[in-house]
Amino acid sequence: MLKRKALLIDVNLCVGCNACVDACREENNQPEDADPTVLSCTAYTAVIEKDEVYTRKMCMHCEAPTCVSVCPVGALEKTESGAVIYHYDKCIGCRYCMQACPYSIPTYEWNSTKPKVQKCTMCYPRQKIGKIPACAEACPAEATVFGDRDELLALARQRKIEEPETYIEHIFGEHEAGGTSVLFTSSVPFDSLGLPMNLPMEPLPDLTWNVLSKIPRFSVFFGTFLYGVWWVIDRRMELADDEIDSNNINRINPDRKNQKDQV
Amino acid sequence: MRLPFKITFWRVLFAVITLAGAYAVYVRFAYGLGAATNLSDQFPWGLWVGFDVVTGVGLAAGGFTIAGAVYVLHLKQFYPVLRPAILTAFLGYVLVIVGLLIDIGHPLRIYHPMLMGNFQSVMFEVAMCVTFYTSVLALEFSTVIFERFGWKKPKKWVGKVIVPLVIIGVILSFLHQSSLGSLYLIMPSKLYPLWYSPLLPAFFLISAISTGCAMVIFESHLSFRAFGHRLEKNILQHLGRVMLLGMVLYLVLKVQDFTTRGVWDLMVLPRMETYVFWLEMLLGSIIPITLLSIKKVRLSTKGLYLCSILTISGFLFNRMNVSITGITASSGVNYVPSWMEIAVSLSIVAMVIFLFALAVRYFPVFGKPLSESQSKKMLDRQPVIAKKQDNVKPKFRHTYN
Repeated sequence: MLKRKALLIDVNLCVGCNACVDACREENNQPEDADPTVLSCTAYTAVIEKDEVYTRKMCMHCEAPTCVSVCPVGALEKTESGAVIYHYDKCIGCRYCMQACPYSIPTYEWNSTKPKVQKCTMCYPRQKIGKIPACAEACPAEATVFGDRDELLALARQRKIEEPETYIEHIFGEHEAGGTSVLFTSSVPFDSLGLPMNLPMEPLPDLTWNVLSKIPRFSVFFGTFLYGVWWVIDRRMELADDEIDSNNINRINPDRKNQKDQV
Repeated sequence: MRLPFKITFWRVLFAVITLAGAYAVYVRFAYGLGAATNLSDQFPWGLWVGFDVVTGVGLAAGGFTIAGAVYVLHLKQFYPVLRPAILTAFLGYVLVIVGLLIDIGHPLRIYHPMLMGNFQSVMFEVAMCVTFYTSVLALEFSTVIFERFGWKKPKKWVGKVIVPLVIIGVILSFLHQSSLGSLYLIMPSKLYPLWYSPLLPAFFLISAISTGCAMVIFESHLSFRAFGHRLEKNILQHLGRVMLLGMVLYLVLKVQDFTTRGVWDLMVLPRMETYVFWLEMLLGSIIPITLLSIKKVRLSTKGLYLCSILTISGFLFNRMNVSITGITASSGVNYVPSWMEIAVSLSIVAMVIFLFALAVRYFPVFGKPLSESQSKKMLDRQPVIAKKQDNVKPKFRHTYN
């Protein structure tokens, strides 16, 4: 069994050489003409420059992934290594994963009649044969490191202790939306790097599960209640009918019994 | 050359919309969603989800409201609007499915949620509710078809299970209407805080019920103008009361929600979201509540008609705001639907109207006069209440269906 893995991206060390983008493209057999600064269905990672600071954009491989929880057919899967992967053969193309992703990462083959959702797999196929993700292997500056999530968190804290001036306290991905398997450390606040700062710290799937988990009980209680209401009203109307009949004994409708069967 | 039908403005408009929609559907299936829509990776859900699905289901809410009132609560006075309401709901749901099939990337895998459902997904709940509730609506409407062809036995079989069937329909509708709000619960950072709320499912459910009533009022007027079926005024007044009740409850919950989340200051921020939010609240809540609170308006057919139009447009604004306007700011792109997206959505509306008119012409949707023996039974069985109040119409059991 694989231990929970992660990628640590140190924005301070990134020199913006795009080696990760190239390695990723090669690994996933994607065309070369893609813009290296935006994610698309043919680019799983991008390097963005914000005021001379370089950062990467890619799937965060959440610990409690929103995309996995919203997919109606389970086409997305959180593997034991931490990578979130996609199964095309199940996907119905509803794009709820894209709509719900707090980082807006998954992309879609908009111009295909058999569209796939595309996103970083944390090189899950490579991980399975004991290799590390292509981007981490290619990075010349150790700005992207691959390893056990606990160890990488310890490394991030170690760096902060060693150079307290160059790192902010916050490790992005430690707790955001329940934590991610891609961690960021930086000298500048993360909102200036385009990462969302308005995320709750608890896992997002809990927000829907709070409602969804009540459905079976609700249905049973509500159904019983409605049936009870129907029965009570029906019974009272029946009694009212009987009263009429006994008051008008001479006018009893001979069809009454049959009439009841006709409901 | 003589045409078998008259050329009118509405028929020409209908033909233009349908042709444009058909072309758009062709483009979508021949070249993919990107060719027909303005959707993007930043804005993956557009008009087809926001209008065809999220709004369409809400507009079909009259079906379960009236069916529940007639069968579960025994409110027989609503019987004359039952069939049109069920028909609208059924056609609405069928076309929601059509809309879904056009929107999803792999329409041939539409059965996948049945086989590999993920219970944690609201979309799974939506898929199940659409499937089962459409079946329930088909069964509820089947009695009209059996009646048309004089098939007594199947009609009797459905009649035997109609109460449990309607109860299942009401449960499914409660789940489905609220689940469309639940879809957005998982996006607290993406949906603008004027709309994001933990109470989204409740808001969606309540507004669907009042809009369901508004739709029945609205339709009854249209069908009166088109087919000459006049509805009793007191039915419309009852519906107006339910509508008012729903809207007041909605407004109270909204106030409570805004206070709990402390977002009152957002209502005066000079932003696009603020303006459309005010429009939504004024049209769908504040103005109709004010109008319906005036007795004269509440009791007049014209007043109810006006209020129903207001409620429906407020509802449309609300659903479009949640699904499109509220997402715009966080997406970073400005999504405007393409003409093809609009053409498909309009075609779907046109289809509902066309099929409705067709069904009304060929099936006993607006009921039929009671047979002689039935009216005799009615006269024989005066309920007790009638003795106290002479002006109350005779009530009777077991003659509906």
